[in-house]
Amino acid sequence: MKTMSIASLLLTTALTFAVTGVASAQDKTVKIGALSDQSGLYADLGGPGSTLAAQMAIEDSGLAAKGWKIDLISGDHQNKPDIGTAIARQWFDVDKVDIIVDVPNSGVALAVNNVVKEKNGVYINSGAATSDLTNAQCSPNTVHWTYDTYMLAHTTGQALVKAGGDTWFFLTADYAFGAALERDTTAVIAANGGKVVGSVKHPLNTPDFSSFLLQAQASKAKIIGLANAGGDTTNTIKQAAEFGIVKGGQKLAALLLFLTDVKAIGLETAQGLNFTETFYWDMNDKTRAFSKRFAEKMKSNAPPTMVQAGVYAGVRHYFKALEALGGNPHDGAKVVEKMKSMPTEDDLFGKGEIQPNGRTIHNAYLFEVKKPSESKGPWDFYKLVGTVPGDQAFTPLSESKCALLKK
Amino acid sequence: MQALYAQLLVGLINGSFYALLSLGLAVIFGMLNIINFAHGAVYMMGAFAAYFLLNLGGINYWWALLLAPIIVGIFGMILERTMLQWLTGLDHLYGLLLTFGIALIVQGVFQNYFGSSGLPYAIPDQLKGGMNLGFMFLPVYRGWVVIFSLVVCIATWFLIEKTRLGAYLRAATENPTLVRAFGVNVPRMITLTYGLGVGLAALAGVLSAPINQVRPLMGADLIIVVFAVVVIGGMGSIMGSIITGFALGVIEGMTKYFYPEASNTVVFVLMVLVLLVKPTGLTGRAA
Repeated sequence: MKTMSIASLLLTTALTFAVTGVASAQDKTVKIGALSDQSGLYADLGGPGSTLAAQMAIEDSGLAAKGWKIDLISGDHQNKPDIGTAIARQWFDVDKVDIIVDVPNSGVALAVNNVVKEKNGVYINSGAATSDLTNAQCSPNTVHWTYDTYMLAHTTGQALVKAGGDTWFFLTADYAFGAALERDTTAVIAANGGKVVGSVKHPLNTPDFSSFLLQAQASKAKIIGLANAGGDTTNTIKQAAEFGIVKGGQKLAALLLFLTDVKAIGLETAQGLNFTETFYWDMNDKTRAFSKRFAEKMKSNAPPTMVQAGVYAGVRHYFKALEALGGNPHDGAKVVEKMKSMPTEDDLFGKGEIQPNGRTIHNAYLFEVKKPSESKGPWDFYKLVGTVPGDQAFTPLSESKCALLKK
Repeated sequence: MQALYAQLLVGLINGSFYALLSLGLAVIFGMLNIINFAHGAVYMMGAFAAYFLLNLGGINYWWALLLAPIIVGIFGMILERTMLQWLTGLDHLYGLLLTFGIALIVQGVFQNYFGSSGLPYAIPDQLKGGMNLGFMFLPVYRGWVVIFSLVVCIATWFLIEKTRLGAYLRAATENPTLVRAFGVNVPRMITLTYGLGVGLAALAGVLSAPINQVRPLMGADLIIVVFAVVVIGGMGSIMGSIITGFALGVIEGMTKYFYPEASNTVVFVLMVLVLLVKPTGLTGRAA
């Protein structure tokens, strides 16, 4: 890392001399901050893997050879909004960071959103779910890449209601994310003629779900909606199997499930679950090639989750905007405007666009977890069931309450 | 009413883990005067030991119940011999900081290699399934956890309070010099006691492996609650920690039913209340 910085510095200096007089005023230094949960329940789906994804985006962009000096630092927000905002402030004020990426945990993500706007930085959020980032709390400095609660509700949620799951009971993580996911899914259920018969809010990072599961069981709802994520979801699903919930006729709706979660639950228990993601490593040759390179660099040899893929794709698109601007990357709102004006296209998410509210639009895929007998490798987990085009999966602009749209 | 019975039972299950862990802590504190912050880490190591025994050695759950506590217990005894024994006679703070540091290192190492979401460990075939109790569906495994940990708790209590060996132990805490004069090898006994406390935590880890994920931070998440349990029960009191462990599990279970948002704070609220009224804990004696 250090040697690389020095190398790129030397290169930059050399190139600057070479082109002096042509583009002398162009500032081509960028600093990226990857802010994530580095050790807690969301660390495997984002965390160090997201930092690696950003690093790979820097290398693959080839910008260093074109005279750019790009630095990457990472931070651990520990799922605490106060720590997240403190790091973000320090990054902007002291470390002169231009762009913050990843930031799973909707509570932290919304708090950091305000800081980035205040400091006029760039914010490419991949890890957080709340649709508020591009709706009520949208910002001219924010791009929300991978997924959001609206998308999850309108894909997995809608599919389940249409398949006859018309009564729901929610197990909801008691913070911004759980609330947003329950809200968006409830809207879909109501619109499709279903009913929510109850819900229970559990604290973030709960080891034991048996009390909540018994309440869900007693509700007799056809679907138990899991408005939680990461370690909370894996624990719920494992323990639901123990209490015979699925055998008793109720169905679990894992509204948000990541590759690493399926690995943690094990196929034996996870098989048959339906859920939605926007990226899976085994989609096509391009995703497989990237994932192979990625997994080789990961300590756990895990392929990227959709959050990590989103960090890579988001940073690549950011670089495209910088190249188009030619330099001076420090006016965040201007860079984001440029990003929105260019269609997105990358190896991982395919073609898409960034809407004026900052929402990235790309395909969403309905998956089903394979049976153990169908799985051919250590990470061969998903069966593709359906594809939802981006314009149907994400919030239509007509429904968005984003202030940026009222011009 | 039915729901209430179910929640009571679920509370007892969690209480089993609290009881096993706080029991180990109480034994270590009572005999060694060390506040063992590494307890969560050895609990986690117990679960990982079970995982490795199964996946690398093909050794099943039942043997893991025996072997994992022994393996981790030996690790604990090495810790005691090489590090903790030098803290005898020093302020509690040193033991607390040292064991806390050890816990951070152990968790860090595991996290580095295994990530944070953890590894699955299946319920042994003999304990799969469940039975309908009328008011709830009780997974057989959970019932097993409650009964097994009750037996282990009572056996430990019996060992320390009712046997000759336990009497030596208690005497050695009161006056090590005098006990040594009777020809008892006190340092070795203390090492074994630490091994026992650590082994109990590892046993709890094996028990929890099929229920929870085998995760590097599984102990860190639990240990704070367990310390609250020990404080409420009275530091160093064996029976106190067993009873409070089960009782707090039940109270927490009730809270999950009546006001779930408070379920991870209720233990601490209780701790504050108990400390205000009876600073030595419910069953503790003044030092």
